Amino acid sequence: MSTDGISSQTANVQDAHVEPESHIERERERIAPQTPEESVQPTAEQGTVQAPAKKTVESKQGLSVKLEGLRAFYGDAEQVKGIDLDFNANEVTAIIGPSGCGKSTMVRCINRMHEEIPGAHAEGRVMLDAMNVYDPSVDVVAVRRAIGMVFQKPNPFPTMSVFDNVAAGLRLSAGRGAQSKTDLRAKVEAALRGAGLWDEVADRLQEPGAGLSGGQQQRLCIARSLAVEPEVILMDEPCSALDPIATLKIEELIDELKQRVTIVIVTHNMQQAARVADRTAFMLSGELVEVGPTQQIFTNPNDSRTEEYVTGKFG
Amino acid sequence: MSAQGGPAEERGPAASQSELLARFAVSPARRRRDRTARGLITAGTVIALIPLVLVVYYLLSKGLGSWSWNFFSTDPTGNTFFKTSSIGGIESAILGTIEIVALASAIAIPIGIGVAVWLVEYGRRSWFANLVRFFVDVLTGVPSIVFGLFIYIVLIVGTGSSYAGYKGSLALSLLMLPVVIRSAEVILLLIPGALRESALALGAPRWRVIFSIVLPTALPGMVTGVLLAIARAAGETAPLLFTAAATNKTNFNLGQFMNSLPVQIYKDVTSPTTAVVNRAWGAALTLVAMILVLNLIARLVSRRSRLA
Repeated sequence: MSTDGISSQTANVQDAHVEPESHIERERERIAPQTPEESVQPTAEQGTVQAPAKKTVESKQGLSVKLEGLRAFYGDAEQVKGIDLDFNANEVTAIIGPSGCGKSTMVRCINRMHEEIPGAHAEGRVMLDAMNVYDPSVDVVAVRRAIGMVFQKPNPFPTMSVFDNVAAGLRLSAGRGAQSKTDLRAKVEAALRGAGLWDEVADRLQEPGAGLSGGQQQRLCIARSLAVEPEVILMDEPCSALDPIATLKIEELIDELKQRVTIVIVTHNMQQAARVADRTAFMLSGELVEVGPTQQIFTNPNDSRTEEYVTGKFG
Repeated sequence: MSAQGGPAEERGPAASQSELLARFAVSPARRRRDRTARGLITAGTVIALIPLVLVVYYLLSKGLGSWSWNFFSTDPTGNTFFKTSSIGGIESAILGTIEIVALASAIAIPIGIGVAVWLVEYGRRSWFANLVRFFVDVLTGVPSIVFGLFIYIVLIVGTGSSYAGYKGSLALSLLMLPVVIRSAEVILLLIPGALRESALALGAPRWRVIFSIVLPTALPGMVTGVLLAIARAAGETAPLLFTAAATNKTNFNLGQFMNSLPVQIYKDVTSPTTAVVNRAWGAALTLVAMILVLNLIARLVSRRSRLA
C-alpha cells in the first residue's frame, strides 16, 4: 500500500507540469467519440513523462467536475432545480440532505445515468474539467467510462465470477478489442488491490461474485469501476446496505482512492460525511443550500437550515 | 423459572406458567379452521393430479407394449388391414418431428427473443411496443389450425405448390412465436434494472449490456419458456395436416412431404386394426418421452451455463 502511495505521488508531480490547455485538449480527444482509443493513449503521456509510466490504475489522476445550472426532470416534475456546484479534483465531496431532496438524481446526472430512466432528462451543463458532458458531440459511453459509479446496493453481475466481474468493464467497453490475457489479469489484480480486496479473494477469483459477503461485494463493485480507470467515481450511498465494519473498510478505501480519482459521495450518514469528505454540500428540495469545507458545514454553517439539519432538528 | 423469581418480582407480579399458557393457547376454533383449509388445499392438489397420473398410466400401459427395436427403426409400411407385425414402426415420424420442430425452433426462438428484447429494452411503453404486445396476445389465442390454414393458403394454394416439411415448420413457428415472446418478455422484466444500470455505468454500450449481462442472466428462465413453446409445437397435429402432410418414408429433405408423430398418431388411432391403434399409443408415449428428455437436457445445460 505504501508503494502505491509513492507512485501516485510521483504521478501527481509529473502531471503538475502539464499546461492547462493541453490537459483540456487531451481530455476532449479522449472523450470524443470518433477518436480511436489506441491512438489517443500515447498522446496522453506525451510531454508529461520521459519514459511513459506503465498504464495502471495507479498512474491516473482525478478530474474536477463543475455543475452549471443543472436541472433534472422526471417527465415534467423538476427534481433538481438549478444547481451550481464544484467538485475539486482528487477531493472527496459529500452530498447530504433529507430523502427525496434530489441528491441521487443530481449525482446520476454527472455521468448521464439520469437519462436512462424513461421520461427523464437534464438541462444545464456538467463540466468534466473543461468539457461539457452534455455536449451533443460527446459519446455517453466514454463519459461513463471516465466517470464511474458505485450504487447503493452491491450488485455484482450474478452470472460472473469475481475475476469476470472486475474484467467486465474492460471487456464490455466499446472500441477495445481483445485484450491479452496477461494484460487483463494485471488490470484485474490492480483494480482488486486498489479496492483493498485482493488479499481476500486472490484464491477464489473463479468463484461467483455473488458468493462474497455484502461488504466484499461492494468493494468488488468498486474494483469493477476502478478497472476501467475512471477519473471520477460517484458513490450513491455506498454503505447504506453494509454493517459498520464493512462501512469502515469502504471509508478507509475512499481515503486512499482520492489520491487518484475525484470522489462524489451521497450519504444519509452525517458521521460518514464528516469522516470521509473534504467538502460537504447540503441539499434541500432540489436546491443546493450550502457547500463548504466539511468542518465548517458541521460546526459553523452559514445557513440556518444547514445547522438545523446537521444538528438533527429535521430530516 | 423459580430460580429467577427474584428479579422478576422486582418488576411486578410475574405471570404463572399456566396463565401464560392459557393466553398463548391455540383456540379450538382456529385449529378446526386450519385443518379444514389444509384439507381443502390437499384435496384440490390430489384432484388436479388424477388426470395427470391417469394419462401417464395409460400411456405407459398401452404404449410400452408396442416399443421394440423394430418400432423405432422401421418406417410405417402403409399396410394397415392385416393383424400382422408387418405394419412397420414410426422411424419416419420421429425423425420428421425432430426435423420440422428443429427448423420451427430455429425460426421462432431467435425472432421471439429478439422481439422480447426490443419490447423490454427499447420499446418499453411506447405506443408501437403496446401495439406489438396486443398482437402477440391475439396470436397466443389463435387456434393452431388457423396457422396451418394460413400457410396452406399462402404457400400451397397461393403458390400452386405441394406439401413440404418446411411449410409445416413455418406453421409451427407462427404458433411458437407468441409463446416465446411473452415468456421471454416476462423473464427480461424480472432482471433488476440495477444490473443494467451498473453495466451501463461501466461505460458499456447498450447492446453489449444486453448480450453480456441481461441475456445470460435471463437464460435459465428463458429456457423454460422456450421449452414450453417447443413442447406445444411438437404435439400439434392441425398445423401439419395440410402443410407437411404425411408420408411413410423417412425423409431428410424438408422440401418434401414429411411424416410427424402427431399426424402419425392421428392417422393410426382411427384405424380399425388393433395393432395400428397400439402403434398410436407407442408413438404418443415416444412423443412424451422425447419432450421429457429435451426438458432434462435443457435444464442441465442452463444450469451448467450459470455459475454453480
